[in-house]
Amino acid sequence: MALAKITSIKGSGIHVPGDDIDTDRIIPARFMKCVTFDGLGEYLFHDVKFDQEGSKKKHVLNDPAYNDASILIAGSNFGCGSSREHAPQSLYRAGFRGVIAGNFAEIFFGNSINLGIPCVSMSKANREKLIKLIDADPETEINLDLEELRVTAGALVLPVEIREDARSSLVNGMWDPLDELVSTSSSVEAVAGNLFYR
Amino acid sequence: MTSKNLFQKVWDAHSVGTLANGQTQLFVGRHLIHEVTSPQAFGMLREKGLPVRYPERTFATVDHIVPTNEASEPYSDALADAMIKELRKNCEDTGVTFFDVSSGNQGIVHVVGPEQGLTQPGMTIACGDSHTSTHGAFGAIAFGVGTSQVRDLLATQTMALNPLKVRRIEVNGNLASGVYAKDVILHIIRKLGVNGGTGFAYEYAGTVFDDFSMEERMTACNMSIEGGARVGYVNPDQKTFDYLKGRPYAPTGEHWDLAVDQWKSFSSDHDCKYDDIVLIDASEISPTVTWGINPAQAISIDESIPTTDGVNPTEKESIEEALEYMKLEGGQPIKGTPIDVAFIGSCTNGRLSDLEEVASLIKGHRVKEGIKAIVVPGSQIVSKLAQEKGLDKVFTEAGFEWRNAGCSMCLAMNPDKLVGDQLCASSSNRNFKGRQGSPTGRTMLMSPTMVAAAAICGEISDSRLVFNS
Ligand code: SF4
Repeated sequence: MALAKITSIKGSGIHVPGDDIDTDRIIPARFMKCVTFDGLGEYLFHDVKFDQEGSKKKHVLNDPAYNDASILIAGSNFGCGSSREHAPQSLYRAGFRGVIAGNFAEIFFGNSINLGIPCVSMSKANREKLIKLIDADPETEINLDLEELRVTAGALVLPVEIREDARSSLVNGMWDPLDELVSTSSSVEAVAGNLFYR
Repeated sequence: MTSKNLFQKVWDAHSVGTLANGQTQLFVGRHLIHEVTSPQAFGMLREKGLPVRYPERTFATVDHIVPTNEASEPYSDALADAMIKELRKNCEDTGVTFFDVSSGNQGIVHVVGPEQGLTQPGMTIACGDSHTSTHGAFGAIAFGVGTSQVRDLLATQTMALNPLKVRRIEVNGNLASGVYAKDVILHIIRKLGVNGGTGFAYEYAGTVFDDFSMEERMTACNMSIEGGARVGYVNPDQKTFDYLKGRPYAPTGEHWDLAVDQWKSFSSDHDCKYDDIVLIDASEISPTVTWGINPAQAISIDESIPTTDGVNPTEKESIEEALEYMKLEGGQPIKGTPIDVAFIGSCTNGRLSDLEEVASLIKGHRVKEGIKAIVVPGSQIVSKLAQEKGLDKVFTEAGFEWRNAGCSMCLAMNPDKLVGDQLCASSSNRNFKGRQGSPTGRTMLMSPTMVAAAAICGEISDSRLVFNS
């Protein structure tokens, strides 16, 4: 099945403040007791949103104004910590289709691209402009354009960066590499056969 | 021939070709799996109708969800029980070797791989777990991967990757007594930051790493990921070969000598290039403790908890957030911080030498009343060897609980959890908010010896003074 070509993401945004948001914060480990990823969306940022009694904390993630947000705006080193794909899976299942941050932890970045979630880097100064805009009007439409490598929102036009291999996989609809990996089986066998170990 | 570092040599030997997006298709010689990140991958494979291509190259264990004080199945936690059964079935169906609980070989995946001799120099290794960097201690290039890549590996034994830059981190000189591999890696992360390693493999070297045992090298490589480096490794040497000799999956007979020759050839060439070199003086390193909510927020035991005086606004924010969460006050000495729980274990510090070191020091001491202290061997084999040496008795006599092998209180997927805002002195690797199972639980990372000192005194203490070392 051909994959969708992901050339741009359009939607409203939400800003989750803080640098070094780790995967335990994105999805606490206790919710990883599952054998499928279905249903993970519900637990996204669980402990950021709820206190120990299960009551909603005062947090932007609980603000109904941002209910429809599909683009997450975060600080630097987003997604550090565990290699768990549960983190981007829960983002995706909660309706997020793109992430704008200062930069990303490597494994999280790769996992997200494999699911077709573009993760782009934007300077702090520009993120602040964007955040100001959505704070003023949460419904502002953000257009994350992977062909022009820019984000437009209201009157703002802001440059973003993403690793070229990731960008090209997304815009060419090849972000899931499995079919390509399967197609080279004879070269794989040759490399395996030449190795000094079995 | 141009000279290369170990990373480049291993990469070249395993590279299948270049993919359309420019990434490399890399062959992975050993694939390790566990119950948390593999079931979805097997599910995806089934959906696509693809078989496991090289089942003999994949090995499974169960670690995250196993209860450490409950041996019989079904486990009282139905979800945990479903996960172990799913893994067992997936392995049976596909012919993957499973170090099941009944095998006597079960344990944390990063303890089991080396212990079984599955981890060898010059290999590529992958596991759906970020601490796969541990295996780099043997001169392997070992990647933590996500579940989609676990699927790719099961289906093709390859994955799509970009090459990494290599930073050589040389630690030279002598470590003071009471300073351990854990302190060395915490110090490195403190210096280079939690994302200083992004895009890099870390090559650890220098006299300190030359002198380290294999288990100490594993402790350091384990936490590469906490410094943002996906891969960490040490060039293989005679110690590496001696460690592997006679292990169940190590080569034997004439294959052994051939293998050793091959392994030697994977060392970084003397005149090879690095993308960066960092030099660290061993005498700078003291017993180190984290005070915050990421592993770089660490100080030596003699220092005071940082204040926000004179720091830039970004750093100020992160210090304030950490202090608030940790319920600590800037400017106070870290020594004397009261603890509630002490945890010795995990893939960082749950190996035999860790337990031996602590046991040799704690005789005649007792865990302070009111402190919950647990010791969790990293594998069933570690547990058995420790019991043969009587270490379990030493620990229980001192007031520690002795548990079955597993990840235990390193993360919150089994019954071992912090409660409320308990503060845990922990030999594990992550001090993130909520990491140890309570959304308000607090973690301070340190060496196992420092954990023991904290358990005995009921507060963060200098192990060198507690144990007169
Ligand atoms: S001991 Fe901790 S870090 Fe290591 S594999 Fe288990 S959960 Fe992960």
